[in-house]
Amino acid sequence: MKSIGFIVNPIAGMGGRVGLKGTDGLAEEARQRGALPLAPARGQKGLIPLRNFESELQIFTPAKEMGEAEAKREGFAPTVIGRHTTGETGAADTRYAAKEMVQQGVELILFAGGDGTARDIYSAIGEKVPVIGIPAGVKIHSPVFAQTAQKAGELAKLFLAGQLHHFDLAEVLDIDEEAYRNGQVKTRLHGYLNVPVERLRMQNRKSGTPLTEKVSQNSIALDIIDNMAKGVMYLVGPGSTTRPIMENLGLPCTLLGVDLVMDGQLIAADATEKTILKATKQRNFKIIVTPIGGQGYIFGRGNHQLSHRVLRLAGKENIIVIATREKLIRLRGEPLLVDTGDISVDQMLGGYIRVTTGYKQQMITRVR
Amino acid sequence: MKRIDRSDKVRNGFHQAKWDEPIIFELSRKGERGIQVPRAEEEISARVGDGISAIPTGMKRRVPPLLPEISQPGVLRHFMRLSQETLGADVNIEIGQGTCTVKYSPKINDALARLPGMTALHPSQAEETVQGILEIIYKTDCIMREISGLDSFTFQPGSGSQGILTMASIIEKYFEEKGESEQRNEIITTLFSHPSDSAAPAVKGYKIIHILPDENGYPDFEAFKLAVSEKTAAFIVANPEDTGVYNPRVREFTALVHKKGGLCGYDQANANGLLGVTRAADAGFDMCFFNLHKTFSTPHGCGGPACGATGVTAKLVKYLPGPLVEQRGDKFVLNNTTTYDPVSVGKVRSFLGVAPVVLKAYSWIMSMGAEGLYEVAKVAVLNNNYMYKKLMEIECVDAPYIIGKQRIEQVRYTLEKMTSDTGITTGDIQRRMMDFGMHYWSSHHPFHVAEPMTLEPTETPSKEDLDEYIATLTQVFKEAYENPEIIRSAPNKSVCHRVDDSGVDDPRQWCITWRSYLKKTRPN
Repeated sequence: MKSIGFIVNPIAGMGGRVGLKGTDGLAEEARQRGALPLAPARGQKGLIPLRNFESELQIFTPAKEMGEAEAKREGFAPTVIGRHTTGETGAADTRYAAKEMVQQGVELILFAGGDGTARDIYSAIGEKVPVIGIPAGVKIHSPVFAQTAQKAGELAKLFLAGQLHHFDLAEVLDIDEEAYRNGQVKTRLHGYLNVPVERLRMQNRKSGTPLTEKVSQNSIALDIIDNMAKGVMYLVGPGSTTRPIMENLGLPCTLLGVDLVMDGQLIAADATEKTILKATKQRNFKIIVTPIGGQGYIFGRGNHQLSHRVLRLAGKENIIVIATREKLIRLRGEPLLVDTGDISVDQMLGGYIRVTTGYKQQMITRVR
Repeated sequence: MKRIDRSDKVRNGFHQAKWDEPIIFELSRKGERGIQVPRAEEEISARVGDGISAIPTGMKRRVPPLLPEISQPGVLRHFMRLSQETLGADVNIEIGQGTCTVKYSPKINDALARLPGMTALHPSQAEETVQGILEIIYKTDCIMREISGLDSFTFQPGSGSQGILTMASIIEKYFEEKGESEQRNEIITTLFSHPSDSAAPAVKGYKIIHILPDENGYPDFEAFKLAVSEKTAAFIVANPEDTGVYNPRVREFTALVHKKGGLCGYDQANANGLLGVTRAADAGFDMCFFNLHKTFSTPHGCGGPACGATGVTAKLVKYLPGPLVEQRGDKFVLNNTTTYDPVSVGKVRSFLGVAPVVLKAYSWIMSMGAEGLYEVAKVAVLNNNYMYKKLMEIECVDAPYIIGKQRIEQVRYTLEKMTSDTGITTGDIQRRMMDFGMHYWSSHHPFHVAEPMTLEPTETPSKEDLDEYIATLTQVFKEAYENPEIIRSAPNKSVCHRVDDSGVDDPRQWCITWRSYLKKTRPN
């Protein structure tokens, strides 16, 4: 018997159709503007590929439209957990349900929603249990979501069949909706969820098994450390790709922030833009970043501490981009992206850049 | 009497032999012999001794080697059965071997290589006693010079990858002599060049820079400009790349590298589509290598025997591994100048490389003639583009880049549409193709093209062969949509259902000798 959790955020996505750029705290207004729920149908679609598993699958869901109703419509007999809420469902219900599901020992949580929902799940369970997101929100910046509801279900099915052996820590990104409604994009990196990744393993003599993401990240870290110069300050950006650099230096790491390192010592952890500008004054410094999220942003998403002011001071030649080959290939020929809020800095960064992809290995990649 | 209906091209009746044949050591029976050699008569023994006493004690084994002891029919049966448990080139249509061209090798080449005149030779013999094979090696060298426009070839490297490693070693020696080793530590290659083009120079300690394709699939020249600098030791590239796309601007690439003082090495492992069409030297390359076991028809399997013939321009000859074969008057001699010169690479393999392979290649080339080689290129490209056109008509098959233009001798297709429609992957298709006696290869990891399928027909399959392969693929794709379970359960008519490869990444589970197998499986 396999067990999974299934959570639907029934109000996710409602704000989008009526121009609200998000539904956080605005569900009522969205309804008044005539928005219809969208997530329940999307969530239900994600269950379709699991139909043939019914007999050997125990599904835990919150009550009513938060999962129970969708699962029943798809012919499952879910075990309802959590509180029977009346009226508006909210973030607290999502968090409570996810926590409870981990308690029950589910192997996977399938959830339908957007970036806000992913944040709630992350704050409840961290990296404890693998998750797969069914895209149903207005904002889908976090690469924890499958491309479509159908694909999310197929991925879940592969996972339950024991065919997925690789996991990625995928970023949970969310923009500040208040600022976004005022036309500013400020994404924050909130954390990482554990996501199963489909990797083809071919029994083929001419193609060895690809290195795991972790091994590749480690070889990148060693390359970076071997090339660190004395007296130069390194601004280590957020991300699971940059983490092994700090680990190999024996330093604590702020996964979601920027750490300042010089001569093997930690100068400042989780530095703000202000700290960075002060610490790098009159000094040689280099910035180490990795593309954040599924779309390949190197600046302007999830690392706003590395502002256009900092980047202008650094200059393009002092920016070190790191990414595993797999990560770059997943961009499918699309360029790396920058969105610093300053056109001239964006232009300076545009063109081509060397990306370190392993020990003594680089790829030349386009930046736009 | 009814005629047999042969209208369907798909061989639904195929079934592989399955013997579950033990390892030869497991068949060993103490004292069993294939041949009982009669004792020599006393008169003879008295004259020549027992044949063993003359060997110094230090060189004698104390115990005989642990070879399997099996009768002659036992050996014959064992290897016949093993041969039936493979999908060898003499059994099936070898089209799905992308990047690894296995063309049909005329049997006469093997017959020649098996002549006692060849098999009884020893590379340590005095050169006046091996004039025949030296002449053949020298003449093959001259032919390779013609084909490539370069000035001298070595046949020492025993594989394509060793050919690349030889090029990387030459590059290293060249800059060592110029005193630029420290500075020139980068090798540029492209994403769709064979992975060995990165791996071999990486072994030498070079930093590897990959150029991605632009939207048309050509190596991105703008990115290349950023990559080339005073740090560039060399540009090592395949052209056409694994996609079958030929970079027509290649001369601009090599010119830029030369301008910055670097060298250019050409991976011509598969020159099938280019014989008599383009030459390495004309494209601005300082060196190249050919796989005799691909383009020049010498059969290869299980990793050998092979030859990555490596050639260079005149200025690089002094770095070549030695000895090189030269003609002096009507004699052929071994020139060991580079073998012992510390400036050169020295040696990459013992003696002159795999001599019988050179003989087979020479035999094939001489049977084709110069016009024949040009014909090979034309037919290989025609075969590939015929197949390309036919396969692209299938709904779920696509191939990224240069839409509507012809490819050279192979294509990397993508089955992404099929996978997203049905969940059936390229790996599933590979296993299903075995049910029809077909080999199928996807791509090198990591997959840069999603759900890849790489096919390279070469010039040897007939139109019937191509049609059979296409018809089989067509049926399997149809099954993916209509009967996916038959694909998921494949192979259904093969020797092994699925190999447990869970231990592939665990060195503790590797045993490459019988002795280590016994040791690692010993009951405690």
